[in-house]
Amino acid sequence: MKRADVRIVPAGDATLLVELGDGIDPVINRRAIRLAGALNTAAIAGVHDIVPTFHSVAVFFEPLRTNVADLVTRIELETGLLADAETEAPSPIQVPVCYGGECGPDLADVASLAGMSPEEVVAAHAAVTYRVFMLGFLPGFAYMGVVDARIAAPRRANPRVRVPKGSVGIAGRQTGIYPLDAPGGWQLIGRTLLEPFDIARPSPFLFKAGDCVQFVPVERTELERLCPFT
Amino acid sequence: MLTTVQDLGRWGFQARGVPVAGPMDAYAHRLANALVGNHPRAATLEITLVGPELGLDEERMIAVTGADFDMTLNDEPMTMQTPFMAPRGSRLMFGRRLKGARAYLAIEGGIAVPPILGSRATHVTTAMGGLEGRALKSGDQLPMGPPKSPPQGLPEGPAQSPPKGGHYVRADHSGPPRASEYLRTPAKLRILPGPHLDLFPPEALRILQSMPYTIDRASDRMGFRLAGHSLGVTSGDMISDATPMGTLQILPSGLPMLLMADRQTTGGYPQIATVITADLRIAGQMAAGDTVSLSLCSPADAMAALIAQERTLLNLEGLESP
Repeated sequence: MKRADVRIVPAGDATLLVELGDGIDPVINRRAIRLAGALNTAAIAGVHDIVPTFHSVAVFFEPLRTNVADLVTRIELETGLLADAETEAPSPIQVPVCYGGECGPDLADVASLAGMSPEEVVAAHAAVTYRVFMLGFLPGFAYMGVVDARIAAPRRANPRVRVPKGSVGIAGRQTGIYPLDAPGGWQLIGRTLLEPFDIARPSPFLFKAGDCVQFVPVERTELERLCPFT
Repeated sequence: MLTTVQDLGRWGFQARGVPVAGPMDAYAHRLANALVGNHPRAATLEITLVGPELGLDEERMIAVTGADFDMTLNDEPMTMQTPFMAPRGSRLMFGRRLKGARAYLAIEGGIAVPPILGSRATHVTTAMGGLEGRALKSGDQLPMGPPKSPPQGLPEGPAQSPPKGGHYVRADHSGPPRASEYLRTPAKLRILPGPHLDLFPPEALRILQSMPYTIDRASDRMGFRLAGHSLGVTSGDMISDATPMGTLQILPSGLPMLLMADRQTTGGYPQIATVITADLRIAGQMAAGDTVSLSLCSPADAMAALIAQERTLLNLEGLESP
């Protein structure tokens, strides 16, 4: 992408938004993650949070302890230095999932929307190695893509008041795992016992932006054997 | 009634989806801490609409700022925004709320619940921080941090204890005015153009400023839904962006939602404007039913207002922490 495509816009007086392009695109997303990494490494005075999203990086700063002109210059510099070359993909994080039934109450709906059998939906969901584009919504919640267009079911018209922790859902071309019991509108096709967020672990977060994820269909009993730490 | 433990927030983990939380009115939080000699990051109690009754096991300095409440210490009326020494066994009671929505109670030494990801701020939705990740309830015991040692050169012992039959009020600095001067209704919030303004028709900002909005019932620490003039536009689906506190996003109904302390880290609605940092204390004192008007200002105005506030706080923080 050309430099001219980068847009640095203020979001109020304490945040700058660096937009690196539009759309859900692994190339743009990789640039966002790399820019966030470079700015974190730079440890710029006054900056207290850096948040990469699908296509942008938000830089949160303390307005009275930050020279905003210098910050903009630094962001432009780091953006210009971004390498575009694809590095070797990290080895995927395997997530065992029990699909359908009690674990995935919306699997049948997703199948009928797709005009496929539930088994075909499971196969389509598990066939893709997903990219973690960003985290948001809840601690440890990873927005992953890209879901096979045939099973890209829209969010439910009536969101659930409580989606159980570990539920694996689809919303359009995105998929994700609920790290906590929470309200939610995603179509629930399965469940895992892996915990995307556990404050008691030395590293509480299972995912970070840029990770690769594979879902592995397993039986309920197998799931309990694979995830002994819950 | 909603009373939670808050500090300046859980910064540095938004990239992992962790909401910042923290005080709705960070100014009042810092002011309360400064008045009792705490570090600005010490945890305070954020008291919403209805105040609790608190008992004290140890003699400590206390200050309450923000929303204006009737307040008594052992049945004696106390003044907001003025630090006082509460003797061991004291009972602090909150009565009628006069102005504003949230009071901040700082106690010498701070509230010492265990920090989670570097912060003691309570985020109820994700059950993180504070006391067991929840609002306080009757019977809870709150741990307090160690009080600061008495300043050197001042006598210890009897001179520090309260006079017979009551408390003593520290009158050794001028301090801010007794009632918070920013608790005005209807509230006025100054805004700056938001990052997605180009997705709206040219008249959108004018419409946003043309009439006051009312804070809807469905409002909480995550954000305030504003009822009033609809912008009549839905900009369609957007890719999620990060969401600073004070963001005004436009919902599909064309009505704004003002994102506050407990907001999610990212949001998919277009951000038309952002409330300036200096006016977040005004926003933080609003509750359902209040009216608010929005008016555009310049980045220079935003900075000048923030510098004025910071000067007040730094003077007090400097005075109290040698």
